[in-house]
Order: sequence, then C-alpha cells, then structure tokens
Amino acid sequence: MAFKSEELAKAYWRDNISLVLKLLAVWFIVSYGFGIILVDWLNQFTFFGFKLGFWFAQQGSIITFVILIFVYVKRMAALDNKYEVHEE
Amino acid sequence: MDIQTLTFIIVGLTFALYIAIAIWSRAGSTSDFYVASGGVHPVMNGMATAADWMSAASFISMAGIIAFAGYDGSVYLMGWTGGYVLLALCLAPYLRKFGKFTVPDFIGDRYYSQTARTIAVICAILISFTYIAGQMRGVGVVFSRFLEVDIATGVFIGAVIVFFYTVLGGMKGITYTQVAQYCVLAFAYLVPAIFISIYMTGHVLPQTGFGATIAQGVAGEGTYLLDRLDGLSAELGLAAYTSGIKSKIDVFAITCALMVGTAGLPHVIVRFFTVPKVRDARRSAGWALVFISVVYLTAPSIAGFAKVNLINTVNGPDLQGVEYEAAPDWVKNWEKTGLITWEDKNDDGKMFYSGDDRNEMTVDRDIMVLANPEIANLPAWVVALVAAGGVAAALSTSAGLLLVISTSVSHDLLKRTLTPNITDKQELMWARVAAAVAIALSTWFGINPPGFVAQVVAFAFGLAAASFFPAIILGIFYKRMNSTGAIAGMIVGIVFTLAYIIYFKFVNPAANTADNWLFGISPEGIGTIGMLLNFIVSYLVHKITGDAPQDTQDLVESIRYPRGAGGATH
Repeated sequence: MAFKSEELAKAYWRDNISLVLKLLAVWFIVSYGFGIILVDWLNQFTFFGFKLGFWFAQQGSIITFVILIFVYVKRMAALDNKYEVHEE
Repeated sequence: MDIQTLTFIIVGLTFALYIAIAIWSRAGSTSDFYVASGGVHPVMNGMATAADWMSAASFISMAGIIAFAGYDGSVYLMGWTGGYVLLALCLAPYLRKFGKFTVPDFIGDRYYSQTARTIAVICAILISFTYIAGQMRGVGVVFSRFLEVDIATGVFIGAVIVFFYTVLGGMKGITYTQVAQYCVLAFAYLVPAIFISIYMTGHVLPQTGFGATIAQGVAGEGTYLLDRLDGLSAELGLAAYTSGIKSKIDVFAITCALMVGTAGLPHVIVRFFTVPKVRDARRSAGWALVFISVVYLTAPSIAGFAKVNLINTVNGPDLQGVEYEAAPDWVKNWEKTGLITWEDKNDDGKMFYSGDDRNEMTVDRDIMVLANPEIANLPAWVVALVAAGGVAAALSTSAGLLLVISTSVSHDLLKRTLTPNITDKQELMWARVAAAVAIALSTWFGINPPGFVAQVVAFAFGLAAASFFPAIILGIFYKRMNSTGAIAGMIVGIVFTLAYIIYFKFVNPAANTADNWLFGISPEGIGTIGMLLNFIVSYLVHKITGDAPQDTQDLVESIRYPRGAGGATH
C-alpha cells in the first residue's frame, strides 16, 4: 500500500474519478452535444466562415480532445504529487 | 522526369529508410520484440502510435468519403480522434501500471481465468485480422496505380516488405520505423493541402482556408468556400454539404462505435506498455492525438477543396459542363484504372457531374486524396510523395497489427496457455512463424478482398468496441466484477455484433436499409449496441455469481495509482 491510510487511498481515487468525469462531460458535450445533437441549431451561427455546428463536428471537437488530454496529464500529475503516489 | 520514375525513386528511398531502421534496431530479446524494453520516449511513442493508428483508410480513403458525404463524414473525424480521450483518461495509465504485454494478458490475469484469456486471444486475432486484410489491399491499390503493376503484384511486394521488418525488428524496430513513417505520411498529406489552400483561398493553413472566401481567379471568387459548396450542392441536386442525410441516431451510434473501438483496439493499447512510466503513458496518448490531429484537421479541408475543384473541372465555372475533348489529363489517367467513368447520356460531348439524373460521371471516393495533387496541377514530385505517404500509412498499420497477431499466438496462446515450458528463444521463433502465417493469409485476402476496405475496417472497430472495451473498463473501475460476468459479456457482445454485421453484409444484403435496422442503426454503428449489451450482461451475471476474490480486488486497487510501476513483465 503506497498510501499512508485507507482514507487517503479512497480520497485519491475519488478525486481522480471526479476529474475524469468532468473532462468526459466536456468530451461528450463538444462531440455528441455540439457536433451531433445540437448541430442544426448551432448552424445558425457563423464562426470564421464556418457554420458553428459543422465546425464543431469537423474541427472544434478534435481541438478540444487534444486540450482535454493535456489538462488531464497536468492535473493527474498534481494529484499524484499531492497524495505522494507519483513515480520516483 | 515523369510521375512514374519519380514515384519509383521516392517510394524506393522511403523503403530503404524503413528497412535500414529495422536492421539497425534488431530485437535481441523477447521483451525487446514485444515492447521495446519500455524504453521509448513519450513523444516518439506518440508519433509511432499515430503512424500505427492511421491506416490506408485514414490516409487514402477518409477525405474522399468526407468530400462526398459532407457533414455525415464527421463520424470518422470525431470517432477516430475522440477515442484517444477515452484511452488516455480511462485505460492507458492503468494498463501501463498493470505492466503486462498484451490485452489478453490483462484480461486473463485480471479475471483470473484461462477461459477469459483464450476468448480475449480469439477476439484480438479476429479484430486484427479484419483490419489487416484491408491494409494489404490499400498497398496494392497505390502500387497498381503508380507503378502500373497489377494489384496482385502490388499486394505481394507490400507483404514481403512488411514481413521483413516485423520479423526482424519486433516492437523496437517497428517503433522507430513508424516514427519515420509518420514523418513521411504527414508531410505527404500536408504539402498538397497547403499548395491547394493557397491557390483556392490564399490561406497558407488549409484549416483556416476551409472557412475562408474563394480567392480571385477561381470560380465563385469572393464567396465563402463552404457557402459555395452548399450552393453548388443545391444546384446539382446533392445533399447540402454542411448538413447530412444520415439519421441522428445512426450518426451517434457510428461515432460512438468508432470512439470506443479505438480505445479497445489491441494494437493501439499495446503501445502504452512501451513507455517507461505511468505518467508517460498519459502523455503518450496526448502526443499521439496531437500527431493524428495534424492529419485529421487537414482532412476536412482537403475534402472541401477537392469537391469544389472536382465540380469546377468537370462542370466548368459556368456549370454547363466541360467538353470531354478538353478534359485535363488526370481525368483520362484515372479513367484507365476504371475509377472514374464518363457516360455521355445526352450526347453533347460534355462531362457533367450532379446528384440527379443529369449525372454522367462516376467517381470512386477512394481516389480523391491520390488524385487531388493532379487535379490541382501540382508538380510531379508532390504526386509521387502522396504515393509514398499512402504506402507508409498502410505498411505501418499492417506491421503493428501483425505484431499483435504474432504475440497473441506465441505469448498468450502458447506460452501462457498451451505449452508454458517453452524457452524465450522458442517463443520468439513461434512469434515469427505466426507473423509469417498471418501475412500469407492477409496477402490472400488482399488479393481477394471480402468487401470494401473502409467497410471492413469499420467493422473491426465495432468488434473491438463490443468485446474488449467493457471488459477492460469494468476490470479497472469495478473491482468486484468477476470472471464469469466478464466472459459472458465478451461473448454476448462479440457474437451479437458479428452476427448483425454478417447478416446485413453477407447473408441478406438486400435487407440492409434503415427500415430493417435495429433502432435505425447501421452495421457500421452496431458495435455501440454490442458494447451496451456487454456491459449489461456482465453486470447481471456478476450480480448472480458474486464478487471477485479478495486478492483480485487488491490487485485492482494497486493499478489505480502510479507508484511502483516496473517494466512490463511476463
């Protein structure tokens, strides 16, 4: 057991899950939400010559995915350090 | 120099490079063969993963599909990139901490069951094989067009090359070769896109050019490119480019199957075992997506430019049709391959492309990327470069898949199940034998393909989504999940998905319409339902049969934090 106590182990996992769920919520909203479900409504707006819904489906969602992963890497590294379970 | 000579030179040079790298980094041990001793830098690993991942379907076929399907093509863009978010957040770090070589290793150990391991091996071989058959065909198509050999010879040449560097190099050889292949394929994809963007819109970046106004001197100047596309589509009786014709539920299901399938593909997952640390596994997934995005953000632009260019060339700026006699060379070159045909229905001697009965042209979607540089009148070396890129994409993916097949047989099936006493040396030999057999079979399928490349590839994703993804997710996030539940789930998921695909594609293709589909979901998207069934069945069976044993639950606890991750082991 790398954690000092059972409580810390639980708290680490809870923080981890909550971070992952928040990021997955964004993941879902930009792709399935903006890119598919709301695409027709969003298409009434334009964004640099793109219809907004179409832009999310073909470019915006991909850009967001990249950002999400790097946010995750950074936040998880901080979490690992906080609970002292990072790799030596 | 003509296009053919240049293609020989450029493709030949890139081949020499790949083979040199494979020989230079020959695998010395089994562990080198499988995972490169865990010694690959995350940025390098990300680049190799990107090459491994982007196949002939991505490079050659995807932009063409988008050009013809418009918004509906977004399923591939979102589906094939969004899966990396799932991989990075939910799978890669935990599987790296677990520290085994293969997906069946994880399934077998986590579910403390040889049956689970064997089922996972069968799924892995089935998925990889479906996928690789398409790649071999892709190599064959490129060779047959540019080297003017018949397709069987093209497939055969590609197979020999792949065999050499998989068998000699193993994972380490493949990793560095794939870094080189990524550079070739990304360069080959971007150069023509940038040239065309400058010509069409004056923008250097194809990504912004796609949303810009058309430059002076090109038909439709001053209007936004996408508005021009929508206008042309309406005038020619095609569906509007920026909105699709597929039902929402089908778009949703296909996107989901491709995303989840990406996260369940054995040859992609195995990549994350080859980095030194858990933290690197997370970063690796991020870098892989960065490198993939370079191509995937360019693809919709290429699609849009190609569609406008095609209509301008065939129908002329006044949309009255162009005299066939005055048609540019590329039309006639591709006509020779039978992938473009012109039938003068109204006998006016002019070509005309439209979505209604005025149409006189059939244009194969798969030629758009390869023909694009010719359409835009780019220099011959750019055309040759694109051929080299297509070959790199197909070869790199085949090599990664072959490695999964050979390790599944030698490591998971022989070493871990049937004959546990074989030495490292024998195991390595069996891995090479399995690679040879797999390549012989896939060469045969490349010459006699069971269906269109892109379809077959999409089915591989559905199968991965319905079998591996739920078993791995439950294995990490639900520590009480037991072996009976996971086994039942995997079997139900893969059998259901396979049966649905086989029924609509092979048994009764006539019934393959939206009215007959379950919930209106096409065979391409059915992996989503297979995945849900897998989750439900696993959960119900687990409820009846009780929790996993305590030592398994402790094991799951230990993969949830990074500290103590060693190198991958047997």
